[in-house]
Amino acid sequence: MRASNTNLAPLRRRLIPAPSGKTATLIKLPVAPIAGEATLQVRQRQKAIAVRGAFPYRRLCLGSLSPILLLFFWDIASRAGLVPQLILPSPETVYSALASMVASGDLAANLTISVRRVASGFAAGALIGLVLGAAMGLSPRVERFLRPTFLAVAQIPVLAWIPFLMILFGIGEALKIVIIAEAALIPTMLNTLDGFRNIPKAYLELGRIYKFGKLQTLRRIMLPGALLPIFTGLRYGLTHAWQSLVVVELLASTEGVGYQMVMARQLFQLDVMIATMIVIGIIGFTLDKLLAQAETTLARRYGGAT
Amino acid sequence: MSRLEKILGSGLVFPLLLLIAWDLSIRHGLLDTRIWASPEAVVATAREQFRDGSLLTALGASLRRDVLGLLGGGFVGLVLGAGLGTIRLLDDLLSPLLNGLKHIALFTWIPLMSIWLGNDEPAKIAFIGLAVFLPVMLNTYQGVRSVDARYLEVARILKLTRLQTLRRVILPSAAPSIATGLRLALIYAWLATIGAEYLFAVAPGIGSAIMEGREQFRMELVLLGMGVIGGVGFLFNTIANRMQAYVLRWQDTN
Repeated sequence: MRASNTNLAPLRRRLIPAPSGKTATLIKLPVAPIAGEATLQVRQRQKAIAVRGAFPYRRLCLGSLSPILLLFFWDIASRAGLVPQLILPSPETVYSALASMVASGDLAANLTISVRRVASGFAAGALIGLVLGAAMGLSPRVERFLRPTFLAVAQIPVLAWIPFLMILFGIGEALKIVIIAEAALIPTMLNTLDGFRNIPKAYLELGRIYKFGKLQTLRRIMLPGALLPIFTGLRYGLTHAWQSLVVVELLASTEGVGYQMVMARQLFQLDVMIATMIVIGIIGFTLDKLLAQAETTLARRYGGAT
Repeated sequence: MSRLEKILGSGLVFPLLLLIAWDLSIRHGLLDTRIWASPEAVVATAREQFRDGSLLTALGASLRRDVLGLLGGGFVGLVLGAGLGTIRLLDDLLSPLLNGLKHIALFTWIPLMSIWLGNDEPAKIAFIGLAVFLPVMLNTYQGVRSVDARYLEVARILKLTRLQTLRRVILPSAAPSIATGLRLALIYAWLATIGAEYLFAVAPGIGSAIMEGREQFRMELVLLGMGVIGGVGFLFNTIANRMQAYVLRWQDTN
């Protein structure tokens, strides 16, 4: 998503007039030199206001229509026996599978294990990533020394590390933690490095004018300046950690949500499988929304540099 | 050239040190040779695998899957993304559902797909297609949606037909975003290929090859496979960047 934004930026800059000053003066013109231009400006503005201000009723109604229709046809199809239960169980069955997973505590138990894995793996990976990224970002010498190696390591996807780490660590808890840590480490490290690298030169010069010491420069300029990219790195790290957890648990595990899916697959319990997928989706969704919200809040405070 | 000099200057020192440490610790028995393979063993395996062609066969099988998935998923993603971006009703109806779908961790689909589509080639290709479909669709949609309203107005004034508007106005405007989607798709497709080879039935392929190496505790095979997977990923990325730069060369570079 970040990449697409940066790529669009020059285009946007060209197409869309600067938000504050210029648009306002254009609209203030009493008689528009070209009629079409003015109405267009006004119309665009109205559209922007509509998008920003009005509650999107239409989207909400139509948007919730499609899941309802989907559920409806799914239900009809399984009731009429168009799809065998073995291929696609009815919504009711899935719901009752979910309810019984919740009631029996199976879901909670597996989720606790998975969440604990993600938390410890992410904490370890993010910490190492932060330290490495900061070391490289703050010292060009360290960067020159380590960066090529770590860039090469980053080329190998986490998935390809799994067999190697399986030989080293077996298929126990250590394997999962190491893989999740690796998944979190790479984006954290690269974004932290970028964050420190891309602090505007002018800010550093300002610090020199004020005769800031090294520590002051770090605290007053480097850290606030790099905060947003570092957070973005942590956000990607957490998303990757969650994705990797699912893979490892599908491949080699005897507990956790991924294992629950493997078990259900072996027993042909599609209701349990679909219910688990829904739970995994909801967790992913919540995680994403919370982190995105936190990022916009941070950007509002510290985003001046970019 | 100066970049190369810089790397030679210091960036190569650290990996060389690692390599020497690896070699020495095997020679002096610091690493368990039942688990670890020596650097020479990796090189020897690479040579042997290249000579008898088994590595290339595996890589070829994987790349075939990758490309088929890319084509299928990419096509559906482009069409649906453009459709959602231009037809308001379709957008309002389907976008929330599709946006919800993307939050389900990708590999979670594998058990379900293995029941629906079996464990063999079609299931693998479909899975790779799914991995490709999401970034292509989302980025195409975004690109098409962010076309400036004034440009569309001009197209209307010039009485361009729908097809002409698409070709002359919407596509060029959306091209950067679409290119980003395709670049992401290339990365995702390769990941999905490896994952599909791990989790669906065993068949020739580079992912299956390193899993097999693990089962036989042949570290040299696993390390070689990792290198190849990383190398192919790197190659894909480079090609995609070059192509993106070429296709978008008309853009301002400010």
